[in-house]
Amino acid sequence: MDFSLDTTSLIIVTIITAATPLLLAALGELVNEKSGVLNLGLEGMMVVGAVMAFLTVTSTGSAALAIIVAILSGMGMALIFSVLTLSLQSNQVATGLALTIFGLGLSSLIGINLVGMAYDGLPKLNIAFLSDLPFFGNVLFSHDILVYFSIVMVFVTYWFLNKTKYGLVLRAVGESHDAAHSIGYPVIKIRYMAALYGGAMSGLAGAYLSLAYSPMWADNMTAGRGWIALALVVFAMWMPSRVLLGAYMFGGITILQLHGQGMGIDMPSEFLSMLPYLATIIVLVLISRQAQNNYAPACLGKPFHSIR
Amino acid sequence: MWLKLEARSQPSKRMTYLSPLLAVVLTLFSGMILFAMMGHSPLEGIYVFFVEPVTSLYGLGELAVKATPLVLIAIGLAIGFKANVWNIGAEGQLVMGAIVGGGLALYFHESDSAWLLPSMIVFGALGGMLWAAIPAWLKTRFNTNEILTSLMLTYVAILLLNYMVNGPYRDPTGYNFPESRLFQDAALLPTLLEGTRLNLGSVITVMILAGLWVMLARTIIGFQVHVVGQAPQAAHYAGFNHKKIIWFTFLLSGGLAGIAGLMEVAGPIGQLLPSISPGYGFTAIIVAFLGRLHPVGILLTGLLMALSYLGGETAQIEMGLPVALTGVFQGLLLFFLLASDVLIRYRVK
Repeated sequence: MDFSLDTTSLIIVTIITAATPLLLAALGELVNEKSGVLNLGLEGMMVVGAVMAFLTVTSTGSAALAIIVAILSGMGMALIFSVLTLSLQSNQVATGLALTIFGLGLSSLIGINLVGMAYDGLPKLNIAFLSDLPFFGNVLFSHDILVYFSIVMVFVTYWFLNKTKYGLVLRAVGESHDAAHSIGYPVIKIRYMAALYGGAMSGLAGAYLSLAYSPMWADNMTAGRGWIALALVVFAMWMPSRVLLGAYMFGGITILQLHGQGMGIDMPSEFLSMLPYLATIIVLVLISRQAQNNYAPACLGKPFHSIR
Repeated sequence: MWLKLEARSQPSKRMTYLSPLLAVVLTLFSGMILFAMMGHSPLEGIYVFFVEPVTSLYGLGELAVKATPLVLIAIGLAIGFKANVWNIGAEGQLVMGAIVGGGLALYFHESDSAWLLPSMIVFGALGGMLWAAIPAWLKTRFNTNEILTSLMLTYVAILLLNYMVNGPYRDPTGYNFPESRLFQDAALLPTLLEGTRLNLGSVITVMILAGLWVMLARTIIGFQVHVVGQAPQAAHYAGFNHKKIIWFTFLLSGGLAGIAGLMEVAGPIGQLLPSISPGYGFTAIIVAFLGRLHPVGILLTGLLMALSYLGGETAQIEMGLPVALTGVFQGLLLFFLLASDVLIRYRVK
């Protein structure tokens, strides 16, 4: 295999596409968890987003509409979760798992007639002059809109959580819901909004999978990416910049194992395919050793019920 | 807010039993809406999905065959959940049980020894325990989140199974299909009832279930599991070793999932295939919750969930609906149960 500039830029571009859905979903879950809500249903919300986006794009031809529908479907799934855990006080872990089982079933049901259909993929935004630059044109300036959006959202998320009043309130609710409640903040309402935002970002991440990463519909096409995104939040110690780092690292591992298979590395492909999952475990171990509990929001996963 | 809840002075005993029934009724009701939306008669849909599968002796046998792995895995998980230990990777432990225990059958494929099957079950348990030991070790040694590690290991186990049936385990006399050879008679669980696929595995499961019930109710370790989950502080003062409980519940649930996996390949399947479970390890989580983490509840809900698998198959054959309908029903059922459970602790004003 040659390592010319062209191949290298091609590999980098595919790493970026592999990282983008992880980045989107993990950024959503981060805000979600900062408010104290632990939604393990990422996989379910993503897969429903993916199928709804593909259904919309194949029946209307509009990618923009497909993205909106995916966001709304992710929010719909998150709404089920929120009503159960926030209004009806159900166990967040169990409800998240149910959301995943339900989402996987629902998506196969919706996608039954979509298997085998094709879509060209999200259009690349070519920027005059810049996209024509050698190497950098390819690596930096030839992506679809969601790639740029995901990067911008890293900064927006950081800014929102750390530099705005609303971000402060959201974090306060996640750190101590009783204290936040006693000074008059609507804990449940804030958590609803954070959970719905998480759902929207997961739906968007799903749309990226079926519209751009591999533009088609296949059963269970999320293949555990929702769980990897969850692990990324832990890895990132709830910091947006580290989510970016983690997502690109995992994108890299995913793509390099694919290229490893292509290059005919003398190892069964199944073992190479295990790498992203094994890497997740290793990363979780490394992080846990540094006492992750100091970083997790104090009220993460705890139900709140005010006696009024 | 649209719903005002008022805390009860103590949890309602009546609602503990009524809420699963309420959940079932609500699920059936949404099922009817779902069938109508897909252009089928709601009543016919419900009949085909939930009644028709069990109108024959063969169907009842199938019900037991499908309930067996669910009940076996769910009771193990339930004991962990009681102690707040979240083993979500039973599906992977099931697969490892099949790989390790089934491997024994393939290695001794000419044996007709009566010891073969019991040894396979032991090896199946060991395979599942081995896989469960990893998250247990990571949790006790590094405080790593067991939900995520056990889940990641599920994907690894499935890929390993794929590798095995494509490589070392592939039938040398087959046509290059990714399948192992068919197990010989000595490696198969004997069938109990002529005309059905009901096998010894169901009996073993009921025996294990009864044994664990006694363990939970009558032994020190059962008591410790309970206290660690309900009152961690008290458990700490009483000097209960929390790490020991984590190890115990993981090895127990992993071992049972491993046995379940082995009994699938040595029972209804009869060989190793790339896919040996329609998600029993995940559905068992629902069974554990719906069964109130109690042995009798788990037996009943295991049968109910088995019915949802059978119903999915019948609906596919007779109405051309996708098998995925099963997952939708299972998800709905758990949603409704979790929602109805609010009535145990609160009353609606």
